[in-house]
Amino acid sequence: MTASTWVPALQLRDVRKSFGKTEIIRGTDLIVHSGERVAIIGPNGAGKSTLFNLISGRMPLSGGDILLHGQSIQGKKPFEINRLGLSRSFQITNIFPKISVFENLRCSVLWSLGYGYSFWRFLADMHDANAAALALMERIGLARKRDVLAMDLTYAEQRALEVGITLGGGANVILLDEPTAGMSASETRHFVALIREATEGKTLLTVEHDMGVVFGLADKIAVLVYGKVIAFDTPEAVRADPRVQEAYLGNAVADVQADPVKRSA
Amino acid sequence: MSAVTYTGARWGSIWMWLAFALAMLLMPRIFASGLSITLLSQMGIAIIACLSYNILLGQGGMLSFGHAVYTGLGAFVAIHALNAWCVASPAFPVSLVPLVGGVAGMVFAILFGYVTTRKSGTTFAMITLGFAELVFAISLMVPEFFGGEGGVSGNRVVGAPVLGISFGPAVQVYYLIALYTLVCVVLMYAFTQTPLGRLLNAVRDNPERVEFIGYNPQRIRYTAFIIAGFFAGISGGLGALNFEIVNAEVVGAARSATYLLFTFLGGATFFFGPILGGVLMVLAFVMLSELTKAWLLYLGAVFMLMVMFAPGGLASLIVINLRLARHGKLRALLPAYGLLAVSSVMCALGFSALVEMVYHRQLNAAMGPVLRFLGIALDTSTAAHWCGLLTYLFIVVSGFEWSRRRFALQWDMQQKRLEDERLRAAVAP
Repeated sequence: MTASTWVPALQLRDVRKSFGKTEIIRGTDLIVHSGERVAIIGPNGAGKSTLFNLISGRMPLSGGDILLHGQSIQGKKPFEINRLGLSRSFQITNIFPKISVFENLRCSVLWSLGYGYSFWRFLADMHDANAAALALMERIGLARKRDVLAMDLTYAEQRALEVGITLGGGANVILLDEPTAGMSASETRHFVALIREATEGKTLLTVEHDMGVVFGLADKIAVLVYGKVIAFDTPEAVRADPRVQEAYLGNAVADVQADPVKRSA
Repeated sequence: MSAVTYTGARWGSIWMWLAFALAMLLMPRIFASGLSITLLSQMGIAIIACLSYNILLGQGGMLSFGHAVYTGLGAFVAIHALNAWCVASPAFPVSLVPLVGGVAGMVFAILFGYVTTRKSGTTFAMITLGFAELVFAISLMVPEFFGGEGGVSGNRVVGAPVLGISFGPAVQVYYLIALYTLVCVVLMYAFTQTPLGRLLNAVRDNPERVEFIGYNPQRIRYTAFIIAGFFAGISGGLGALNFEIVNAEVVGAARSATYLLFTFLGGATFFFGPILGGVLMVLAFVMLSELTKAWLLYLGAVFMLMVMFAPGGLASLIVINLRLARHGKLRALLPAYGLLAVSSVMCALGFSALVEMVYHRQLNAAMGPVLRFLGIALDTSTAAHWCGLLTYLFIVVSGFEWSRRRFALQWDMQQKRLEDERLRAAVAP
């Protein structure tokens, strides 16, 4: 019996984050088990992206604790958290614009393959890294753009690359911040299928506004309203939850797009 | 799809390096005068310095204002090594002195770089400037090591000649420099093909994202900085051997600015750009400064024009035009290029006549009012000459603007055609 079978992949304990006097995350608890796919929904300004920034180490916690496979990530730098097996994508495309698609992806696989900071070995000889980057490139549908600079890609291609870089290191906890933001309906469909396939067997957290994507990807939904998780359950149960309905319908600032009741009706 | 197509290069093309080596080997035969040997030696030194600087600027996005700290301190340590070790023990060969400079550059990069590379962008630039000023100030305060105003001199001809090489004749030093240049250039190229070299590009593009793929961007910058310091130190050590004197100027802000300027002029976005930059640097410093007193002014003007119109430097101009030529698009541009060239030369002549007249009036008044400019007598005391020159300038500048617009139109058209063809080729099965 190994620890990983019962220790949650990710555990948030009374997580708090304040900017100045404003508390954005106000005591969030969440337990995500290994292999679970969780979508975090909530109105604009609920703190979804902030929560991702806390989990990935982009911002320090103001209170509480976050455990990754039972290990606290408090005070750890993003690259240290990444090495523990957590990788994230960004809502606003965050890639390496002046190197090629292939080089972007190759950079993303180097650490996990143990190449470190070496400057005494050639990239060309790192067959596993090259093969992994090529496979990843095929997988995200950019094989024909291998030598194109990332900045010259179309928007949808850059989004695909964004997710590709996130998947490159082989992390088992994946955080995707609005992976399909700004994509057309057909691009989104294609992309959701891709993400589902690429994250098979991994723990997935995603922030999404598009309910189609949420139901396509997630087997659990966490509803975040004003810095608190008010519901965390299967999509059906969340939809029926009176607290969720109240939070969404009884609130003037509710985001229509993120409204699960309207969209699923 | 063969493996070679995606794995790319390791050491680079052997033919390219052979050509480079052959060129350096034959240069002193073709240009055999004392002056040319001096120039060639300095070019090798400048090439290493500019390439090492480009590890920071072009490859790492680190705008350093203090690269001369590492070339300069390398030079000082090297000349002390020459004076102390080579004289005391014949077993320590003079040919290894530049390596001592390299190690010194590396050690100082380890010390100072730990602070500077914590931050990127503007903060990095500011801190490097601070260190440059600091080291320059110290160099004047510690004459025991830096030799004060006069600097530290040495003698590279020590001990018995090895295989007939005493490093007395300048050409022998040239070949030592050429050898170091070749090895350093190949090593610095190879560096760009390693994980750290590629991650350095990633840090340049987006340091934040690097943190989320498992790497510490500070450590990437720091390691690259140390490597750049090592090669900078070698360049400094070669300089010490070549000139046999090192003074505080070599760590000065002006020297740092020179590396920045010529690395940029040569082209920071291509590996070979700084090689062109190094050659240009020596030509400008030795030959342009002979031609005119106002050479720094011309240099500044060229730098400004490059920043505005060709931010990729000379290297990018060459690469873009070669690309056009390869696709048969250059021929159509030749007439427009011709017009542009003629009008630019006429403009440049007009402006330099103006600059020379102003300089002559301000600085050479004792030599009378008449100045000979390309065989033409210009009288700085006659209003007619000033008016005539200004009229000429007005005409040629108008002509230049006309030909520039014409060229820009045609240039855009050819680029668009090339792009269309590429798109069509990509869509076709």
